[in-house]
Amino acid sequence: MRNYSVFDIIGPIMIGPSSSHTAGAARLAKVAAAISGGKIVRVEFHLHGSFAETYRGHGTDKALVAGILNMDPWDENLKNSIKIANERGIGVTFIPTDLGEVHPNTVKFIITKDDGNVTQVSGSSIGGGNIFIFDIDGQEVEFTGERPTILTKHQDLPGVISKISSILYQENINIANMRVYRKGKGKMATMALETDTQVTEEAMGKIKNIKEIENVKFINPIVEGVI
Amino acid sequence: MFVSTGKELLEICKEKNIPIWEYTIREEIEAVEVPREKVIERMKSTLHVMMNSSTYAQDNIVKSVSGLIGGDAYKIRKYAESGKTLTGEFMNKAMARAISSSEVNAAMGRIVACPTAGSCGILPAVIISAGEKLNSSEDQLIQGLFTAAGVGILIAKNATLAGAEGGCQAECGSAAAMASAAVVEMMGGTPEQALTAAAIVIKNILGLVCDPVAGLVEVPCAKRNIAGTVSALTTADLVMSGVYSKIPFDEVVWAMYKVGRQMPAELRETSQGGIAITPTALKLKKEIFKE
Repeated sequence: MRNYSVFDIIGPIMIGPSSSHTAGAARLAKVAAAISGGKIVRVEFHLHGSFAETYRGHGTDKALVAGILNMDPWDENLKNSIKIANERGIGVTFIPTDLGEVHPNTVKFIITKDDGNVTQVSGSSIGGGNIFIFDIDGQEVEFTGERPTILTKHQDLPGVISKISSILYQENINIANMRVYRKGKGKMATMALETDTQVTEEAMGKIKNIKEIENVKFINPIVEGVI
Repeated sequence: MFVSTGKELLEICKEKNIPIWEYTIREEIEAVEVPREKVIERMKSTLHVMMNSSTYAQDNIVKSVSGLIGGDAYKIRKYAESGKTLTGEFMNKAMARAISSSEVNAAMGRIVACPTAGSCGILPAVIISAGEKLNSSEDQLIQGLFTAAGVGILIAKNATLAGAEGGCQAECGSAAAMASAAVVEMMGGTPEQALTAAAIVIKNILGLVCDPVAGLVEVPCAKRNIAGTVSALTTADLVMSGVYSKIPFDEVVWAMYKVGRQMPAELRETSQGGIAITPTALKLKKEIFKE
């Protein structure tokens, strides 16, 4: 039997009409934008299943663009997101498609930045505004964005993970969950590491400086605050 | 950890001589390890969102994104004040509040899912209307929300709050049950009477299917928020008069869960049955999603 917080029952505070098709979509896009980083100039949203069929009626399109613009799922400006994106010169395209054997509410983001770099992120909205990300640039991952998350791209060599965990230990940050994905021994690996508390600036700086790490992203959870 | 059954909840409330809302606050403090003031503060900001959503569409004509619904809260509010109503200004204002939140939701405004977005009109309408009538303070409204949350936790643990799993009885039915229990405690009723109200509300809505037209949270959802609101308010009076439920709360929740499991998928939020496949609904769907 699951345990519930009072605010699982009376909450979330959100922009309607649907926790999965609107709030969850905004959350997915906000995380995708954080994974991409940088100045985003163009986004293709490949919509699957129920997202593909009902995205206009549920405002899923507006919610997705709002997330790309870093809005929270309860931001009342969410419904004006497409207009705001246009004003900022961000191109958005919605493409209903079939992404295969995935959750009915799934979207694949193809995000282009001003330096021409492209990031691909896939994730699903699984109900009640909850989400998970399952693919980044063709690499399988799995995280929910409910906790502070560190995403690394690093060389698969002995000691890299230990370097990261000892930096977190020095800063008294507890690791809640950790997964490593790699194409093969010694090649590039991806790690999704979730922590119990916010990753400090200090720890971020030190992790960035580990020489085997090619790329690291820090994704903060989207937590409802006092409005 | 929050108790698992209504029976245990009543025992613990009796033993400690506290209402459901107080027990619910204490459990939340312990579970999330935050101070009491923080928990109350968060519920207060939740209440403020509810106040806005239940008022906005009464003062402004709000249209949904699809154009399917809108403007009813405004209409009902005007009528409520006309002096010509059958059920009185109190009930008509409650109905206007209920559909206001539903219209705000469908128009991409800010609401509180309580327990879901589709049933977001009921709890605010019931708590705020009862509070107005009873001259309740803001603290008392917040307490009512904790009573509702406690009842909702029990339903979530033993059944479901999702239309896709249990039909509309699980969404609007649960919302109305939570709301009715809250009003009973606001009126000075006992925890036992609060759960009695929740049980009666669920019994009266048992079997209600989830059949949204065009898959949108609009028709028939918005008006079911009105029905849930009226049921929650009248049941609170029923229980305060001394009427009891022959079947206890826990068993009613169990029955609701079983009925949900017995419902075919067509009647659980897939829009493949019920109102959603009537000729008019299919015609509306075509118009909304035209290329």
